[in-house]
Amino acid sequence: MEITIKINGADRTADVEPRVLLGYLIREEFGLTGTHVGCDTSSCGACTVLLDGRPIKSCTMFAAQADGREVTTVEGLLRDGQLHPIQAAFKQEHGLQCGFCTPGMMLTGSALLAENPSPSEEEVRWAISGNVCRCTGYMNIVKAIQAAGREMAAGPAETADATVAS
Amino acid sequence: MLPSRFEYHRPDSLEEATHLLAELGDEAKVLAGGQSLIPVMKLRLAAPAHLVDIGRIGLDTIAETDGHLAIGALARHRDLERSDLLKARYPVMAAAAPLISDPIVRNLGTIGGSLCHADPAGDWASVMLALQASVVVRSTRGERELAMSEFLQDTFTTALEPDEILTEVRVPQPAGASGGTYLKLERKVGDFATVATAVHLSLSDGAIERAGIGLTAVGSKNLQATDAEESLAGTEPNEAAFAEAGRLAAEASSPVTDVRGSADYKRHVVDVYVRRGLARALEMARAA
Repeated sequence: MEITIKINGADRTADVEPRVLLGYLIREEFGLTGTHVGCDTSSCGACTVLLDGRPIKSCTMFAAQADGREVTTVEGLLRDGQLHPIQAAFKQEHGLQCGFCTPGMMLTGSALLAENPSPSEEEVRWAISGNVCRCTGYMNIVKAIQAAGREMAAGPAETADATVAS
Repeated sequence: MLPSRFEYHRPDSLEEATHLLAELGDEAKVLAGGQSLIPVMKLRLAAPAHLVDIGRIGLDTIAETDGHLAIGALARHRDLERSDLLKARYPVMAAAAPLISDPIVRNLGTIGGSLCHADPAGDWASVMLALQASVVVRSTRGERELAMSEFLQDTFTTALEPDEILTEVRVPQPAGASGGTYLKLERKVGDFATVATAVHLSLSDGAIERAGIGLTAVGSKNLQATDAEESLAGTEPNEAAFAEAGRLAAEASSPVTDVRGSADYKRHVVDVYVRRGLARALEMARAA
């Protein structure tokens, strides 16, 4: 069946079997490999993408269900070649080690900040409780999300400082 | 892991959905949030030839009407979690919602899907047993309403006919002085419950009018601890009464020993959680 999904702002069409999972479509058909398949059993959150702005596990949704809807992957955080504040914050606060959980963490974090711009530590930990990290022990992930929140609240002038030369 | 092949249908309305099910019968499964069905299909424990995706037919409102709380079957766990109405007037539901799976799963999972999946470790069914809720199901043949205790039949088995869709959950409006909570023991966020209890109390002139106790993950289906409930009806709410209720509830449960704990341990937790839940419910009912 033919489906069209708006991925990171651009409409993309694919011909898929109904049983193809969204995460596989994103990685294999659309070549956006920033979204990772970790456990494939809906437990780890490494496959998290935003569907109409909300974090969902792309290993637990059929691509067909996303037909006509908007998906944001980690690649979509970049704007005109500039890092999103959350990406800059993860780098600044050393919020990653191997990086496998990081796309999911950043997307979940950005969705949290859209709902709650200055979350407490407990609120961040609660919000990321569907994203498992094996490396960091979560402390710097929490700090990164909170730092991004402060950066985004500070306004555009401050946000410019969060860009990093690639 | 890939499910086996199926044909995918996405009706635009409830009517279209019921007609599809009438046509496809037991060859079809209804897909709502998919957070239980898709994992099961990926493991090929279920392999329906047809999926009817009802994700866009609405049925997601949460509102009081006609003396009860009407919850659309497609209300997502996350919306129930954020509902001010539930926090104010339906504390057992408000306590349970944030404890279901994890926040990401809650963005898609639905209350109707959870009830129809009928996993004995599912949270909503215990809540609905404690609250004496009922469900409305629809097909091309008409509509019927079933009490939750009638709806839940066995492990992963409900009274739903192959051509029926659950459309609404109905929860009686609370009596004046009432309260309740949901207590869940889990090894980590997102795990299934080791044990969980839904407890609801309503008072009348200081005595217990009615107690509702639902138990999660300690039987072949979600259990209603009717002996414990009956032991409390009409009595003075005190520690001794709650201790007896806890004992009866533990006796009524039949947990299995597994990675989450021994049967004895789980039965003990039922006792503790029922007592603790009753104490909290009493506090709330008195404050109301």
